[in-house]
Amino acid sequence: MGEFLTDNIKTQEYFLNMGPQHPATHGVLRLLLQLDGEVVENLDLDLGYVHRSIEKMCERLSYPQIIHLTDRLDYLSSHMNNEAVALAVEKGLGIEVPDRVKVIRTMMAELTRISSHALWWGVMGMDIGALTAFMYGFRERELINDIFEETCGARLTMNYNMVGGVRYDLHKNFQQKVKDFIKHARKKLPEYDTLLSNNIIFRKRLQGVGAIDKENAILNGLSGPTARGSGVSCDIRKIHPYSAYDRVQFNEITFPEGDSYARYRVRIREMWESLSILEQLVDNIPEGDHKVKTKAILKLPAGDYYQKVESARGEFGVYIVSTGEKFPSRVKFRSPNFANLSALSKMAKGFKIADVVAILSTIDIVVPDIDR
Amino acid sequence: MITLSIFTNIHQWLLGLLQNELGVHILELTLIALAYLGLFAIIGLLLVWLERRVAGFFQLRLGPNRVGPIGLFQTLADALKLVSKELTGTDQADKFLYRLAPYFVIVTALISMSIIPFSQEIQVFDINIGVFFFISISSLGVIGIFLAGWSSNNKYSLIGGMRTGIQMVSYELSVGMVIVTMVILSGTLQISQIIALQQHTWFIFQGHISALIAFMVMMIAATAETNRTPFDLVEAESELGAGFHTEYSGMNFAYFFLAEFINMFLSAAIIVVLFFGGWLSPFGITAGIPFMGIFWFTIKVTGIIFLFMWFRWTFPRLRVDQILTLEWKYLLPINMVNIVLMALLVWLGLTF
Repeated sequence: MGEFLTDNIKTQEYFLNMGPQHPATHGVLRLLLQLDGEVVENLDLDLGYVHRSIEKMCERLSYPQIIHLTDRLDYLSSHMNNEAVALAVEKGLGIEVPDRVKVIRTMMAELTRISSHALWWGVMGMDIGALTAFMYGFRERELINDIFEETCGARLTMNYNMVGGVRYDLHKNFQQKVKDFIKHARKKLPEYDTLLSNNIIFRKRLQGVGAIDKENAILNGLSGPTARGSGVSCDIRKIHPYSAYDRVQFNEITFPEGDSYARYRVRIREMWESLSILEQLVDNIPEGDHKVKTKAILKLPAGDYYQKVESARGEFGVYIVSTGEKFPSRVKFRSPNFANLSALSKMAKGFKIADVVAILSTIDIVVPDIDR
Repeated sequence: MITLSIFTNIHQWLLGLLQNELGVHILELTLIALAYLGLFAIIGLLLVWLERRVAGFFQLRLGPNRVGPIGLFQTLADALKLVSKELTGTDQADKFLYRLAPYFVIVTALISMSIIPFSQEIQVFDINIGVFFFISISSLGVIGIFLAGWSSNNKYSLIGGMRTGIQMVSYELSVGMVIVTMVILSGTLQISQIIALQQHTWFIFQGHISALIAFMVMMIAATAETNRTPFDLVEAESELGAGFHTEYSGMNFAYFFLAEFINMFLSAAIIVVLFFGGWLSPFGITAGIPFMGIFWFTIKVTGIIFLFMWFRWTFPRLRVDQILTLEWKYLLPINMVNIVLMALLVWLGLTF
């Protein structure tokens, strides 16, 4: 029998192209899997399918214009991206924004974070095979998008930030709607646990899958919930508070396990923390202007400026090199997704095809942010 | 061997018309086959519609509700679209097997349907090894799926096909053993007799503990057999695109799709027969009325199908090694103990 097997039936490793058109790659990402049956022996990434040379384009745009482009990086945390550029330019010009702007920016960022995590949760469920989760995630997301729409006219790519403030003042319904949303979310978020987190199949699919230890997480430059799932304390909101984060109480969620389930729990708990931040701020929005007047043409003094914010996926950084012109000399975005994705091959080695999908889902990538 | 228990009057009438025993038999079989083909399509379309409506209600949306009353004709419209589509295939595909596979799947489903008793009067094929016939035919369906996976010349299809192999072969065992358990209780393989024995108490109550365990195992195994979530690795959408039928289009795809729903119906029907008294009415409330069996049978089957749909729209998907662990480490030992338990119950006369 043994002889027969070795002589006539051979097993061999094979390659599988996952993507660029594949339902689990969340856009146009290509994974090259080297498989032994179902087991992943090796994993290569092929990026660049939605490269739009945004960084290069920024060199021919004035600073207020750059903000609009950042929407299209990580479209699920568009507000935070805008905020990073706005903060960097304000820092360079020495503009001090009113308290009201700081609070509005923080609240919008936290709403964006919840909406992004809600979408992630739905897509996560869908990747694992629980299709119903998708619609439940969208239920909360819709309410947040309605709030955005009322105040700034857009639902996804908001373009709400500008240098020196925010574009429009808050809509008069804003406070009431946020309060309604908090009440709604406090009632509905436990459903997320009922449907997925406490499901035995779901737990078995994630626990112990795609683990990465603290050391490797730091080596790969992971940030955001992905790193905090490995016990790395890296919340920019805590370490380098910006906007109004220094005046609110919230916990940085970390789990030491480093597996997919830890990353999953970080995001679920972060939604609760965001709710508590919103709750602290919603009744304390200071009166005042929603923007300060700036010059028509902004020229950053020569030098380089770096500003990082905590986007829904991790540390989003903007690095601007200025020569004193109205256009920047060089702009570099430090996108959290790019670094997070770099750990995928480390995480996925030795697991199965289905696990690759689950791991990719818990890293929570947005491809346009990777390719830029 | 073939017992045509439907409509003896029609038989007599046709006999009087043709004056030829063989001719009448052939004519009758043709008519029945045509009727079943129609039924097959109708059940399939209705189940697809039901699935989409149920999914809608689970997912905070409406589901199809525009075409026809409460969207009933939506699936018909979809089927028409599929009929009109071109049958494409991959260049390097094994053309013969590639074309054969969908028919394999659909024909086995159709044959299995012949033993389903819709009511006392309507059952085409009341063979004396009824349930055994059911497992032996339905396990042939896996070959069709495997062929589709292999012949498509697509790695995703191939992985889907391989997964089918391990999954179906494993869970076939559980279905078989559950049926053995229930056969110990009934003492017969013939479906009409199994139902007749449940005249006073359904088997799920007669066999109490043991039957309950068997029912649960059967629900899990039947879900796996029909490739539905949480066991839909074969066509795992987020992993393999569409799995074994990735490369199929038009009616070839529709056959797979239809067969999946028919298999779900068949599983539900066999569960109803084995545990819930088939077409029998509860407490015999409509015992004397002819054709009421259809009503009760439909209600029971729809109930079981709803359970399947509930699973599908609630649970995440298992991983391939977890599926094997579940079968070989849990369901199979449970089943073996359960067979002994059932034998003891029957031997000691502890059944109701």
